[in-house]
Amino acid sequence: MIPTLVAISVITFVIIQLPPGDYLSTYIAELQSQGENVDIEKIEALRAQYGLDRPMIEQYGLWVLGMLQGDFGFSFEYQLPVSEVVGDRLFLTLVLNFATIIFIWIIAFPIGIYSATHQYSLGDYGLTFIGFIGLATPNFLLALVLLYLANVWFGTSIGGLMDPEYIGQPWSTNKIISVIEHLWVPVVVIGTSGTAGMIRRLRANMLDELQKQYFVTAKAKGLHPLRALLKYPLRASLNPFIADIGNMLPQIVSGSAIVSMVLSLPTTGPMLISALQSQDMYLAGSFLIFLALLTVVGMFLSDIALAYLDPRIRLGGSAEK
Amino acid sequence: MTTKHFVNKAPFDPNATEKLTPEQERYYMATQWQLMWWKLKRHRLAMISGAVLALMYFSVIISEFLAPYALTTRNTDFIYAPPQTINFFHDGEFQGPFVYGLKYQLNMTNLKREYQEDKQSIQKIRFFCKSDPYKFWGHVASSTHLFCPSATGTLFLLGTDRLGRDVLSRIIYGTRISLTVGLLGIIFSFIIGITIGGLAGYFGGWVDNLSQRAIEIIRSFPELPLWMALSASLPVTWSPILIYFGITIILGMLDWTGLARAVRSKLLSLREEDFALAAQLMGAKPQRIIVRHLLPSFTSHLIASATLSIPSMILGETALSFLGLGLRPPITSWGVLLTEAQNMNAVELYPWIMTPVIPVIIVVLAFNFFGDGLRDAADPYR
Repeated sequence: MIPTLVAISVITFVIIQLPPGDYLSTYIAELQSQGENVDIEKIEALRAQYGLDRPMIEQYGLWVLGMLQGDFGFSFEYQLPVSEVVGDRLFLTLVLNFATIIFIWIIAFPIGIYSATHQYSLGDYGLTFIGFIGLATPNFLLALVLLYLANVWFGTSIGGLMDPEYIGQPWSTNKIISVIEHLWVPVVVIGTSGTAGMIRRLRANMLDELQKQYFVTAKAKGLHPLRALLKYPLRASLNPFIADIGNMLPQIVSGSAIVSMVLSLPTTGPMLISALQSQDMYLAGSFLIFLALLTVVGMFLSDIALAYLDPRIRLGGSAEK
Repeated sequence: MTTKHFVNKAPFDPNATEKLTPEQERYYMATQWQLMWWKLKRHRLAMISGAVLALMYFSVIISEFLAPYALTTRNTDFIYAPPQTINFFHDGEFQGPFVYGLKYQLNMTNLKREYQEDKQSIQKIRFFCKSDPYKFWGHVASSTHLFCPSATGTLFLLGTDRLGRDVLSRIIYGTRISLTVGLLGIIFSFIIGITIGGLAGYFGGWVDNLSQRAIEIIRSFPELPLWMALSASLPVTWSPILIYFGITIILGMLDWTGLARAVRSKLLSLREEDFALAAQLMGAKPQRIIVRHLLPSFTSHLIASATLSIPSMILGETALSFLGLGLRPPITSWGVLLTEAQNMNAVELYPWIMTPVIPVIIVVLAFNFFGDGLRDAADPYR
């Protein structure tokens, strides 16, 4: 995991350095377009202060060292340290992504079992079709339509993750309730495509297990079908729920980034895009690192959970296949 | 005791049992591609999807001819006009395909543009007619369209946008860009994937290790933010055409990992086969062994998995353009068209602005079904 993180930090650094020039050259161009005089000495002083005049490797080293000490650099656009600019955003991103995973589990679980046990029935075809539509519709458009419907039907205020009066307020019970009221639209939107994939995999896994002899034996010996189903094949086909977090996470994080922009949620997405456009490199870099970290740590945790839950993996023996 | 033996009087033919019916013979003599085709033909959904895709790609060639209006024609009298429906009968009388004219009126209380069908004016649709001039593929000048509005009337089958441009025509033009982005991107990712996967699989050892780690790292990055970051780094001074190529390269750059993995795992097992060893002993170079002997054994698989990854590219381009980080006007793709639908007004007042999403859904679904069918057909052992 550590080498992966190092590689990710290098890639992120390269990417935020890719655009020609740095924030100060953007800043100079902006000043000039407004007809103001540019004080070269001041610019040079700024450049030295932020270490922009040093070689790339040194800049990278300083950046990583700073991050390890909790200093994420300085946001040029906001004239504040990055850690102060992001504020609640990282936490809300976490909440959003976590809620989405839970949503996917809750929806995919019963549907996957139903589709597998009723293979080729009308319900199976219908659910599969809906899943495919969910896979094919661009997230952001679904977000717009659902947001509109939420406003018309439930009167939820448009955009944001909470009612306007709670913005900037300390956390309270009412604020949490307000967040939950607003959370479902983005969660449903981000979750749809992931749910479709999860249903398909769970269905395929279940179908494999249902044909195995132990299940036939269990049924033949007179075990109640439902009990037989829940006790054996279900347990064996549960692996994807944990193992798939690794596949799902990058997808969910991507989805939440774009949906957040459409819904203007106070998460990392919208600020990332503005930071990218204005070459506010440390801010953009911190967000990229954070999103990548989220997926890497998530995958790592899912590996551990998988090893804990599945004796075949925990015992390290090569299970007979 | 004598046992009676049955003796066949017919002359003995040593090949008799091995005679095949013509049907079996045809089956056993068929090439791999023929087998695939036969299998694919049985997969009805895949065939339909394939036909849809073929039609769509064919429309790309003749976009200018298909679209009733030119890409940039503005009808300033008809801004945000709703879709006109095609009628055949007027007062119970058959008229051929026609639309009713639109009457425009500004609602003075809420300043909303209101259009009403004018039942008096019947505007017959013309076919193979002269209308907006265009340059076919930017070179051959012409003005013939498959169908166009009556000489004095309008024909907005999917309404018009903010500048009074016909949405249907713009979708038809957008197809050209959106579909080729996926195709070019996949070619790019195919090349990288086969090269890296091939090297890793054939040589193994540290080359394999290195490429595996690299793939892992790239896969753990969330795609969209990375795409965003990369496309934000495309210089603003580039021309739209350069941006178009830049975007396809960016899309392909993150997509090759799946292909590389597939190539690698296949190669790892295939290079142990006798025919690979034989080729090696005869002095063939690695490049020749990989390309000439190993790759053909699983090309069909590769094509199937490539087909399955085109939709994610099309969706990616749509998302990037929608955010304003991808293609920009005058290049018109479905994503660029959808940027108009970015706010609530569009959903509430002008829902037809969102129609470019319909071809997106159709194409993504068609690619998924077609790819599934191909994948099943490519597997000879099922």
